[in-house]
Amino acid sequence: MYRVEVCLKKHLTDARGEGLTRDIQDLGIGKVSSIRVVDIYWLDGDLEPGDLDLVCRELLADPIIQDYWCGEALELGRGVHAVRVTYNAGVTDPVEQSIVKAVADLGIISLRAVKTGKCYVIEGALDAQSLETITRRVLVNPTVEHVVEDEITTLLDKPGYQLELRHVELLETDEGSLCRLAQEFGFSGDELTAITSYFRGENRNPTDVELETLAQTWSEHCCHKTFKGRIKLAHSEIDNLLESTIVKATRELDRAWCLSVFEDNAGVIDFDGSWAVCFKVETHNHPSAIEPYGGAATGIGGVVRDILGTGLAAKPILNTDVFCFAPPDLPYDRLPPGVLHPRSVLKGVRAGVADYGNRLGIPTANGSIRFDERYLANPLVFCGSVGIMPKQCALRGHHKSGELVVLVGGRTGRDGIHGVTFASGKLTQRSTELSYSAVQIGDPIVEKKMIDALIRARDERLFSRITDCGGGGLSSAVGEMAADTGVRVHLDKVPLKYSGLSYDEIWISEAQERMVLAVPQECFDRLLKLFACEDVEATVIGEFTDSQALELFYQGTLVCNLDMRFLHRGRPQLQLEAFWEPVVRPGEINEMPSDLGEMLLSILGSWNVCSKEWVIRQYDYEVQGTSVLKPLVGKENDGPSDAAIIKPLQDSKAGLIVANGINQRYGDIDPYWMAASAIDEALRQVVAVGGSLERVALLDNFCWGDVSEPQSLGALVRACEACRDMSLAYGTPFISGKDSLNNEVQIGGKSVSVPHTLLVSSLAVMEDVAGTVSMDFKRVGDLVYLLGRTYRELGGSEYFATLGLMAGCVPVVRPPESKKLMATLSRAMASGIVTACHDLSEGGLGVAVAEMAIAGRVGATIRLDRVPLGEGVDRDDLVLFSESNGRFLVTIALASRDKFERAMGEASFALIGRVTTLGRLIIHGLQGKKVVDRSIEELRTVWQEPLRW
Amino acid sequence: MSRVRVLVLRAPGSNCDYETAFAFEQAGASTSLVHIGELVRRERNLNDFQIVAIPGGFTYGDDLGAGKILANEIRFRLGQDVPRFVESGRLVLGICNGFQALVKAGILPSPRVGQQRMSVTYNDSGRFECRWVHLRVNRDSPCLFTEGIERLYLPVAHGEGKVVAAPEVLSGMRKVLYYVDELGNRAGYPYNPNGSVDDVAGVCDDSGRVFGLMPHPERSVRGSQQPHWTQGATEGFGEGFRLFANAVKWARGL
Repeated sequence: MYRVEVCLKKHLTDARGEGLTRDIQDLGIGKVSSIRVVDIYWLDGDLEPGDLDLVCRELLADPIIQDYWCGEALELGRGVHAVRVTYNAGVTDPVEQSIVKAVADLGIISLRAVKTGKCYVIEGALDAQSLETITRRVLVNPTVEHVVEDEITTLLDKPGYQLELRHVELLETDEGSLCRLAQEFGFSGDELTAITSYFRGENRNPTDVELETLAQTWSEHCCHKTFKGRIKLAHSEIDNLLESTIVKATRELDRAWCLSVFEDNAGVIDFDGSWAVCFKVETHNHPSAIEPYGGAATGIGGVVRDILGTGLAAKPILNTDVFCFAPPDLPYDRLPPGVLHPRSVLKGVRAGVADYGNRLGIPTANGSIRFDERYLANPLVFCGSVGIMPKQCALRGHHKSGELVVLVGGRTGRDGIHGVTFASGKLTQRSTELSYSAVQIGDPIVEKKMIDALIRARDERLFSRITDCGGGGLSSAVGEMAADTGVRVHLDKVPLKYSGLSYDEIWISEAQERMVLAVPQECFDRLLKLFACEDVEATVIGEFTDSQALELFYQGTLVCNLDMRFLHRGRPQLQLEAFWEPVVRPGEINEMPSDLGEMLLSILGSWNVCSKEWVIRQYDYEVQGTSVLKPLVGKENDGPSDAAIIKPLQDSKAGLIVANGINQRYGDIDPYWMAASAIDEALRQVVAVGGSLERVALLDNFCWGDVSEPQSLGALVRACEACRDMSLAYGTPFISGKDSLNNEVQIGGKSVSVPHTLLVSSLAVMEDVAGTVSMDFKRVGDLVYLLGRTYRELGGSEYFATLGLMAGCVPVVRPPESKKLMATLSRAMASGIVTACHDLSEGGLGVAVAEMAIAGRVGATIRLDRVPLGEGVDRDDLVLFSESNGRFLVTIALASRDKFERAMGEASFALIGRVTTLGRLIIHGLQGKKVVDRSIEELRTVWQEPLRW
Repeated sequence: MSRVRVLVLRAPGSNCDYETAFAFEQAGASTSLVHIGELVRRERNLNDFQIVAIPGGFTYGDDLGAGKILANEIRFRLGQDVPRFVESGRLVLGICNGFQALVKAGILPSPRVGQQRMSVTYNDSGRFECRWVHLRVNRDSPCLFTEGIERLYLPVAHGEGKVVAAPEVLSGMRKVLYYVDELGNRAGYPYNPNGSVDDVAGVCDDSGRVFGLMPHPERSVRGSQQPHWTQGATEGFGEGFRLFANAVKWARGL
């Protein structure tokens, strides 16, 4: 056993160490003067003396920038502390595999195992308690890591496993045991009764793995039982909420370009007649709450596998990420026990998404971040991905009896066991202790290799069906694939990361980077060869049958034999109750502030509105070379784009627009208008960048509180009704969606719910990317027009939030007016006369005009008395900060004035100002007086400051 | 006349392979995406090609340092294949991760030395950053990829792009590209996005035929990839295209 430590040479900047030093200073422990990060490698094997030297010199240490030493302890001077940290047993460390491979490249075969770690050498006068605080808050996440106290002497602890088939007593047991059983597996009373009667019919008790399979398959996460349940309202009843609202609208719209909706891992639409595109957004909230880095990374990994597992495999071409956090400036003394600080959560989630997404080579080109204190212990992490495939691969495949069940990609370990039941339940203070096995660290390179191999195999038609191993692991993947046929799986054939896994652990493990294929016997040899060439494992673990049974074997012993019909159709429908009534808000609003310029600065500097450049830049949004409209635009590439546009095919002019709408605050007043506003925003952004409503597909992602509360479920019903109504009104179908319910946290005996949050994502096809319009002011002298009417709608607005006010009317959506305006604007833009366009959302007109000026590094002068107004908008602040939907700010060249005004026809619009050379934003109020006069540089600084870490 | 043949080298974790191949194809070459395993197993032969391009990505996850494991594979599993390829008068291009691998395999700054002389490491900011950078071409460099080019505006996207070398290596190094500001002056962060010594963004060997750079010219091949194209500033090809056109033009003579 050898321990090798590698460290940057003293004269070089240790950027990792400096980052940690800053994190510690953020904690208010200012006594740390520096940190150096030392990489530790434990090597187990009988290496020749020359070999160890070779490994260190040629592999572990970079001769130009690093020093290394073997075995000896670090010399620590006074005031220098060393903390050694390594991953917990069972957590996958991708670097270990790489080292084994690279050591073999050096011609050394006697290395048996590797483990990595980090040693943090901290300089500064610290007492034991501060050192402990630093370790706990910055250096170690106990969910996946621990401090190494003693020297590690072996890595080769290989536990064996002897089959011991376990049955669970179900048929002859008392009420109390049944209750405990229900709780353990997450079954409702009705469900357990159905299960008991099934096994009574079989005249035997279930095995543990049979109950596990039922628990996974019947979990909220896998079968969305709330959405499919029977909901009793005051005067009516809903049988299957999803079918009767969102899906119903899609069926009514019946667009020919919708190729596969609500049935596969992602929704699929026609791109250009030859190619199809698919889109899916997933949530990964609970894992991200306790291990932000791993949770978010595996969120990306999971949604990318959804894309790979759609139709006969699509190639991922764009990622989008939306996060909801508590404000990062929360004082530490207000942090409840067991909860990670929002700053750490934000940094970890961002790093996880970037490290995983960047390594997959998929551009992260769109996203959003929302802040609200109620996300403190339960952040929301939405990970989305778009894929492309030949149109003939757009539909889910069919396999025949006798085809092979082939598991490809990474190996199976104890990762993520019970992830699904964890995701479906509530988080508790003890979540961080209990759920260690539910959180995983991904290996993006394994997934990248798998993508490369699968796309090649698809093009050779080597498999007839594919699905991802996501929540529920093999249990869900194989169980669903074989739902209409039957399957026989030999669990001992599954390749393992380490020995000692029991048959049920293998079956439900959520180890990352795995997919399941149905492969015709005659294609397998070719598939195996292709996968070997891409360095990806592919293993036959069973065969599909026509028995209608799920049969699992371990070393020849039958450990599970369930009727597929019972597994997939035997679950009793959930019975729920719902009602909704508005939470009455006081009608009174504030006095008009004396200085609107100051107010504009406050809003620009708020967490929700401020620039997210720091986050965006850490994503590779250029990879694949498809970008047309980047997330950052304008003169200095720092303006916030309304949407992303990519050109996915090199030989086609057609583009894809991706945008999103989200605003949880509106939901506090009325979830119906929250949902409607999110849809309007997601569509507005498509139009703002040069798209049209012709071919726009939508996705819904609901993150809700405890839906066993009737009021909470009532809110969900209202949001779904809005989705149905708006989808029909705009002619934009939903094609897929996802829900994460029960986002509630127990803190100190009190239940805290996230605000009901709906993310609406839009995917639009654009005929020719030449029509792209960015949001930055382009030329001095351009005319500034405001399109759409401004109403007295400030309920849930950023302005009122800045004032701490919960009052006023929530922005509503007026589809006939809004849809017509969007169509008119699209036509005007297609004629090429619009030089810039930005949609109005958080912060209203004030924020939109400021952002356009900042992005263009030019000034603007506008007049509020020209703005088309609705009833009662009688104050400058209301005009400036109302968040009415359906509005755009556009610029055109002076010469295009007549043409533009003719094109706009009857729509509500007005010329409100001009782009100027002054470098100042000047706003004249309703009375003609100057109410804002600020330099663009000042606006920019305030807007960029908060998230420039 | 047969077309110039380009081998785009893939390895586990490569991810700019398609767009790099596309850039060469736009310049008139034919391309093959070849996995490093195919070269190791001698199923493919470098000598069937005039240009080898190592694209960007995160080969082997960039574990143990960006490009390191691929570099070792090139050194220890392909042996003298790449140095001989260069010796025979052909071209090698390394972009981002490919540049990191060429440096760590000892092929840059000079393929003759056969061991690592410089390195590319973590950005001073400690962050991965994606941003467009202004570049000035060193007129005195023998690099044939940049012939006739004075300035470039290209994107970088990396966490480990800081060029580091001892002073004696640095002074002898053939620097091709420098990070500069809009006016062409050296200007520090964020113009130099990673803290590279002497603002070096790209390096070639003495022959000018082996070239490595951190920025991504293959992401700047069509006009609408340039950030300011919606202001009506760019049409047709992107600025990075010229590097590929130069290489293919030169290789036609081989």
